Amino acid sequence: MLDHIWILPLLPLAGAALNGLLGRRWPREMVNFCGVGSVTLAFAAALEVAREFFLLAPGQIPLVKSFWPWIAAGQFHVDFSFFIDQLTLVMLLVVTGVGLLIHIYSTGYMAHEGGYYRFFSYMNLFMFFMLTLVTAGSLAQLLVGWEGVGLCSYLLISFFFTKKSAADAGKKAFITTRIGDLGFMIGILLIFWTFHSLNFTEIFAGVASFPVETPGHLGVMTWICLLLFAGAVGKSAQLPLYVWLPDAMEGPTPVSALIHAATMVTAGVYMVARMNFLYVHAPVALLTVAVIGAVTAFYAATIALVQTDIKKVLAYSTISQLGYMFLGCGVGAFSAGIFHLMTHAFFKGLLFMAAGSVIHAMGGEQDMRNMGGLARKIPWTYGTMLAATLAITGMPFFSGFFSKDAILEAAASGPNPNRVLWALGLGGALLTSFYMFRLLFLTFHGERRYDDHSVHVHESPASMVIPLVILAILSVGGGWFALPKLEGGANYFFRFLSPVFHASDELAASGRGVEPMAVGTTLAAGIAHALWQPAVGVALLGFLIAWWFYIARSNAPRRLAESLHGAYTLLLNKYYVDKIYGSLVIRPLLWISTNVLWHGVDESVIDGAVNGSAKTVQSTGKQLVEMESGNVRSYATWVVIGATAFTSLLLWRLGR
Amino acid sequence: MNGVPISYYLALSGILFGLGVVAFVFKRNIITILMSIELMLNAVNLAFVAFSRALGQFDGLIFVLFVIVVAAAEAVVGLAIVLQVARNRRSLNIEDVDQMKS
Repeated sequence: MLDHIWILPLLPLAGAALNGLLGRRWPREMVNFCGVGSVTLAFAAALEVAREFFLLAPGQIPLVKSFWPWIAAGQFHVDFSFFIDQLTLVMLLVVTGVGLLIHIYSTGYMAHEGGYYRFFSYMNLFMFFMLTLVTAGSLAQLLVGWEGVGLCSYLLISFFFTKKSAADAGKKAFITTRIGDLGFMIGILLIFWTFHSLNFTEIFAGVASFPVETPGHLGVMTWICLLLFAGAVGKSAQLPLYVWLPDAMEGPTPVSALIHAATMVTAGVYMVARMNFLYVHAPVALLTVAVIGAVTAFYAATIALVQTDIKKVLAYSTISQLGYMFLGCGVGAFSAGIFHLMTHAFFKGLLFMAAGSVIHAMGGEQDMRNMGGLARKIPWTYGTMLAATLAITGMPFFSGFFSKDAILEAAASGPNPNRVLWALGLGGALLTSFYMFRLLFLTFHGERRYDDHSVHVHESPASMVIPLVILAILSVGGGWFALPKLEGGANYFFRFLSPVFHASDELAASGRGVEPMAVGTTLAAGIAHALWQPAVGVALLGFLIAWWFYIARSNAPRRLAESLHGAYTLLLNKYYVDKIYGSLVIRPLLWISTNVLWHGVDESVIDGAVNGSAKTVQSTGKQLVEMESGNVRSYATWVVIGATAFTSLLLWRLGR
Repeated sequence: MNGVPISYYLALSGILFGLGVVAFVFKRNIITILMSIELMLNAVNLAFVAFSRALGQFDGLIFVLFVIVVAAAEAVVGLAIVLQVARNRRSLNIEDVDQMKS
């Protein structure tokens, strides 16, 4: 399989083509067979890739497979090539694994929706582009995947395209990410200008000759990293370009789970981690990544506190968790960022799917104020959602406990420690715990707040519950790769990824050095130490506050909202960011487009030139047509005049 | 044989051609116009012959033969058209033939 890895991304493409071209006339079973089957094959292929990967000698990694030339223009030469190392492998398994579960889930969730074949065609197309993105051997190929997933995101957000809000949300997502992609493109061009190549191997080999750019000596490396990060900010919905992700919840819930939680939005984190060789040469850019990540993690969490739409809470939560990943990368702990990426794919994918199951059970209701007391009615959904909530809040021994702790520890004592960012991350963890338990309590506990006669609450079909259960198991157990950390050793996951990030490790070793993450020498002492981490404390605190507000004193939230009216309104309106962008960017842009570009440039200059030349020709023609009188003698006169003129000219020329 | 210089012939040819042009443009009768065309053709023939003689080459004579053939053909077609015009319009005035426009 490793020798023919190009087949792997093409499998979902084949599924997309079959469903997209022929699926309209097919019965649902056939669409399912193609849509889910192609992803199953891709997952099997990824497993086979993993098996063969572990048989490789360490010297053969990273494995670069170049197949055929793609672009060859003078100096510029790009092959279709695939770059396989530990990071690729992790991403491959996460994308195909979680993707497969979500495809299976979709067969249940989308069963009653129109455009069934179209949905699966887009989903498969997304898988193709995502796999292209993570296996790409050059930035050019990565860009193809990068833009492709953006396209599929657009298509799937506006899947219910007859709904104006969905169509608008799709456009918003596409245009907002395009702003970041402009920076990304310029960054790629700058890389080509610097390294004369876009292949990862040549870039990584070339970067060694560049010095580490200290804040006083900023150079091309810092610019490249900042511009690439601009792309990541757009794609991974960080400040200030995060505004598209909450709106993207207009798409069907499996789309939110697959694209806007588990895979596509983490592409930015993957890209930063992939480019870690460059980033360690630009500490300023790395600090920017960390600051943006930490601020976003805290900021988005505050908005999530007051949202009432179950999917909106999860959307802001996703933005916040992506912030944690960037914080991890930014402080130099790329492994921790990728680890959180993986666990986040499990528990956030699960949260979205469970929320979808709730919405399904409630017959389309998304407002948590109209739910409550669902725990007994849909026990499977409740159980899996509980597991995911415990995981995301970082309760001990759930996956988020290990990954979020790793990031916070790295922020506190990693290669580039920063107490302020650590504090922001910790505050975000407190808020995360609060809003997640708030979601859980509002939805599943307390008294019933919906009409029992009009809403028939029912558990989802097996095709939806089974993926939930599998993801719940992964959410609970996904962090146990990191268990040996508690004994004072490096955990499996970090040791596995360490070849990818050796540059950053070396840099850290030459500089400030890495403190041991846990001081315990026995498992029990390590566990005791880990449990005393402040992150666990804030998670429990958040749980207690949420319990106090929404179970013990159910009128407390209203009273708090009244006493802190200003802050509450600010949060409810999401800091008015959409309004600010609207009046600062969108309206001036619309005004300029309408009055200057449309009425000014287009109508008077371009149309003026086109219509003017047409009018000139027309009026000249009208004048000339008068000559054609039909009178033979006037024609003859013209012939004589012409002949005389021509002869005179000839004689005059000859005479000189 | 060298009594008359070539310029005399050419001048005569020019005068005849000019008369033809003037008649073609100003006359109204279609028959007269056809005749003026013949006059112009023969003025050109005269110039050809004069040049042929002066330069001692036969090319001009060949041209003249062709011109005469074309003139004959033109006269045939032209007279046929004139006949049709005269039949249809009951007039030989060129002013009445003004349909030759789009």
